[in-house]
Amino acid sequence: MSEIKLALRLLLRDWRAGELRVLALALIVAVASVTSVGFFADRVRQALTRDAHQLLGADLVLIADHPWKPDIADEIGKRGLAFAETAAFISMARYGAAATLTGVKAVSNGYPLRGKLRVSAGLNLPDNDTDVVPLPGVAWIDERLAMALSLRLGDAVEVGKLKLTVGAILTLEPDRSASFFNFAPRLIMHVDDLPDSGLVTTGSRVTYSLLAAGEPEAVSALEKALKPRLGRGESLQSLENARPEIRNTLDRSQQFVGLTALLAVVLAAVAVSLATRRYSARHQDAYAVMRCFGASSGRLLRLATLEFIALGVAASAVGCLIGFAAQFVIAGFVTELIGARLPVPSALPAAQGFLTGLALLLGFALPPLLQLRNVPALRVLRSDIGLPEQATVLAWGTGVSVISCLLVWQSGDLKLGLTVLCGFAGAFLVFGILAHVSLRLLARGNGRGAGANGGSGRSMWRYGLANLQRHARTNTVQIMALALGLTAVLLLTFTRGDLLATWQATVPADAPNRFIVNIQPEQKQPLLDLFKTSGLTPPPVHPMIRGRFTAYNGKPVRVEDFEERDRRMAEREFNLSYMAALPDANEVVAGRWFAANDAAAFSVEEGIAKRLGWKLGDTLTWQVAGREYSAPIGSIRKLNWDSMRVNFFVIASPGLMDAAPTSFITSFHLPEARAAYANAVSQRFTNLTVIDMSAILKQAQSVIGQVVRAVQFVFLFALGAGVLVLYSALLSTQDERQKEAALMRSLGASRAQILSSQRAEFAVLGALAGLLAALGATGIGWAIASQVFHFPYQVNHWVWLAGPLAGLACMALNAWSGARSALNHPPLLALRES
Amino acid sequence: MNPIIDVSRLCKIVSLARPPGEAAVKPAPELVILQDIDIAVMAGESVAIVGASGSGKSTLLGLLAGLDLPTTGSVRLDGTDLARLDEDGRAALRARLLGFVFQSFQLLPAFTALENVMLPLELAGVAGAGDLARAMLRRVGLGERLAHYPKYLSGGEQQRVALARAFVMRPKLLMADEPTGNLDAATGASVIELLFELNAELGTTLLLVTHDEALAGRCGRIVRLAAGRIVGEPVAA
Ligand SMILES: Nc1ncnc2c1ncn2[C@@H]1O[C@H](COP(=O)(O)OP(=O)(O)O)[C@@H](O)[C@H]1O
Ligand SMILES: [Mg+2]
Repeated sequence: MSEIKLALRLLLRDWRAGELRVLALALIVAVASVTSVGFFADRVRQALTRDAHQLLGADLVLIADHPWKPDIADEIGKRGLAFAETAAFISMARYGAAATLTGVKAVSNGYPLRGKLRVSAGLNLPDNDTDVVPLPGVAWIDERLAMALSLRLGDAVEVGKLKLTVGAILTLEPDRSASFFNFAPRLIMHVDDLPDSGLVTTGSRVTYSLLAAGEPEAVSALEKALKPRLGRGESLQSLENARPEIRNTLDRSQQFVGLTALLAVVLAAVAVSLATRRYSARHQDAYAVMRCFGASSGRLLRLATLEFIALGVAASAVGCLIGFAAQFVIAGFVTELIGARLPVPSALPAAQGFLTGLALLLGFALPPLLQLRNVPALRVLRSDIGLPEQATVLAWGTGVSVISCLLVWQSGDLKLGLTVLCGFAGAFLVFGILAHVSLRLLARGNGRGAGANGGSGRSMWRYGLANLQRHARTNTVQIMALALGLTAVLLLTFTRGDLLATWQATVPADAPNRFIVNIQPEQKQPLLDLFKTSGLTPPPVHPMIRGRFTAYNGKPVRVEDFEERDRRMAEREFNLSYMAALPDANEVVAGRWFAANDAAAFSVEEGIAKRLGWKLGDTLTWQVAGREYSAPIGSIRKLNWDSMRVNFFVIASPGLMDAAPTSFITSFHLPEARAAYANAVSQRFTNLTVIDMSAILKQAQSVIGQVVRAVQFVFLFALGAGVLVLYSALLSTQDERQKEAALMRSLGASRAQILSSQRAEFAVLGALAGLLAALGATGIGWAIASQVFHFPYQVNHWVWLAGPLAGLACMALNAWSGARSALNHPPLLALRES
Repeated sequence: MNPIIDVSRLCKIVSLARPPGEAAVKPAPELVILQDIDIAVMAGESVAIVGASGSGKSTLLGLLAGLDLPTTGSVRLDGTDLARLDEDGRAALRARLLGFVFQSFQLLPAFTALENVMLPLELAGVAGAGDLARAMLRRVGLGERLAHYPKYLSGGEQQRVALARAFVMRPKLLMADEPTGNLDAATGASVIELLFELNAELGTTLLLVTHDEALAGRCGRIVRLAAGRIVGEPVAA
């Protein structure tokens, strides 16, 4: 007990003397970073579990891309379970001259079986739960649709051929799915109105769901009975596997944000290590003295360990508090994404935070501390006796293993964790080697020039350069640390902006911005005429056939034969097309495009061919409306998805599928000034869906923007940790430099001479670190651009200037503070103090 | 009565690093730092060890304090043979018996004057460390400087703090290694004055290492060291 009290006292004294601040700050940043993400993830996880029923709207949902056969619905009723059905699709909602893309859900009585819809009697009026659904002839619309079309209660909104009376404003739809098109405004109507809408036509994509709810045993019995009866394009979601798309999206973004948090941890680890090294170097004498006073080395070690653990606990606690506050900010950034009220986080992430903090201490601070135990007490009498060589391998070995465990644990994925770890290790190694080699080369070049006679300034410059090599090890560490910190800064400032700019530049200004889908064969000519009479160039119109992949080289396709992630791809309905000419932005990479008298063939896209294992000459069989169409693959195409044109994975040669039921699709560039044209199309052809890609892109960008802002916010912790690394790296050599400066002054060197020698050393260190940082930022930017986003990265040449300048600025700041104190101290005092 | 320090036939030999390039077959060169040292110090005595720089004084002091072990010969402190104790045992013995004053003060830079004086008391688990330390600092004339850090104290003041730190434990035996070595003459003299005053007040046995003959002359007995050997007979001053 008294030992703990004494340790706490020692801690307090060290803290007051400013010996532990960098260390504590580094721990705080690391813990805050990890817990902010942890608390947030915990709340989302709790919300998902809590809301699983509501998210599903039922206990069991059957989903299909075609209408369900009646016997399945009967089966649900027979088992005494509550039943409801829905059909969801996107379409145009119109009012007066305005039209907008809308997510429509047609629902039966009883929907939703779990959770409740909330409605209000007008915009910004209080809302209430409701137990009913819109009657036939009535639509409930959400606020966004009301705003977009200036609709009020009682107005008649048009959907397809229907005119529905707006009956309520929909404020909460618990099972709203989080997919792409659901960022569009919403409309709910009665399922009985669906047949009269004229919207369910050839080529329209409708998701049909059957909902069931009841006693858990009955539900699971139903699940067991139905599972084997599910056909192609049919799936089943229960509470355990509810809403995989939400889970996946959240898991992925959490992983991403979590890894960003770990960047802060890795940098903090470096800062912790540097700070502890400095601490132990500065406390050698204190330990020797205490041993003279009769404290055994074991006891000193115990005291130091207690002191550091107390510091770790305190810093972790502060970090947790900051993390807790910070998660509100993260949650605030992504509220729209989540759309649900989040519960209070549990204490688990705090435990995670403490674990991280203590692991960092254990891995990075304790090894240098252990060395203190070996300080010979004789040092008090003969100061030339130093510490035995620090066991670098041991120290870094423990640290690296601790970090590896943290990375794997945080990413929740061995492979991902190890990949990130290797990334970091690679960066460290490359920086370390480059720094070391450059120092050597500089020193050699310097030595060669030493024969030439220069003024005193020149010779001090040379002395400074020689110092670089003399302190090669500490300087290498310093350059690495500085470079890492600067890389983080450059990434945040330059690379981020470059990536965005490059990406935006890849989309040409006249790229198509409107798609029209669902065009029926008899509407094709009238639509093109409307283009002409409106003074717009008629765009190319492509047939679009929905077909299922049923056989490969004559063998029936079984979904189980594909890897998990390719299954959905193989299973869903494909959009097929046929055409005579190779479309723009397509390039044949294997085989040959269809020629006039060729036999029937398919042309397939490179990526999907790779994923599904298709090769040139393989025979594919597609089923469309009950008929099968087979032909070999005649060519493989590469296409530019960013072109914003209509693109098809699979194109048939003309003639092969002409008999299949088809709708048509087109894309065109509509100048902003002609935006009303889209409304005219919707008014004239009520079943057509006009998709405003720029609006959707904006939506998508705002969604991505939310995630990016959250990531950026977490990146701030990494930036903070980077600054700490910088600071501790600079501090780590400050003592030595002060001592040296004092020594040189006592040997008669002038202030100016010392300054110029230090300037030389610092200038090289700063410039080297800045160059490495620019290299690092460019490399990472390139990797992100080419590996993640698949576009060529335009190197920003300014980083090569900004990096070294920033490095020089950091060093200048350090030189200014460090050298000033060294020079303003009387040399005797400086020597004695050290 | 048993001597508090009893040294017999003590030798300290260290092996030096082999010069680069020399064949490894030759035995590593050795350096004899101390040879055939016999000293006995009675409780209450004050003894000066004098000798030129490099004559082995500090090495001898370190051996007497058990900070290092002799190559041959024995050191008995307060009747206990140091060679029979392990590292922790020697530390415990030091805690019980010894106070130290060093040439380079060796105050802990992160600790205030008061905290520096409190440290040995705290390590020993003595109750009321603060009050004892404060009283001792007042005794050495630094009652106004309790909260100051060493770097804001002059050399003389730092050494006074070191004296307070050494005497606050009321050690049986005080070892001082060139306590005035880093001080100018006037400051050094006043520190020495204080040292002898406290020594007399507390009845401490004093072992003072110095190259200053005048200072040595104030001790009851002088042991002269030259090139690692005791020269001449112990003389009463
Ligand atoms: N471990 C050692 N290795 C090599 N030389 C040593 C060692 N310890 C002491 N010496 C040498 O022994 C001599 C005596 O040192 P020291 O006891 O410090 O002398 P003094 O305190 O009398 O000036 C010095 O020349 C010193 O360099
Ligand atoms: Mg000496």
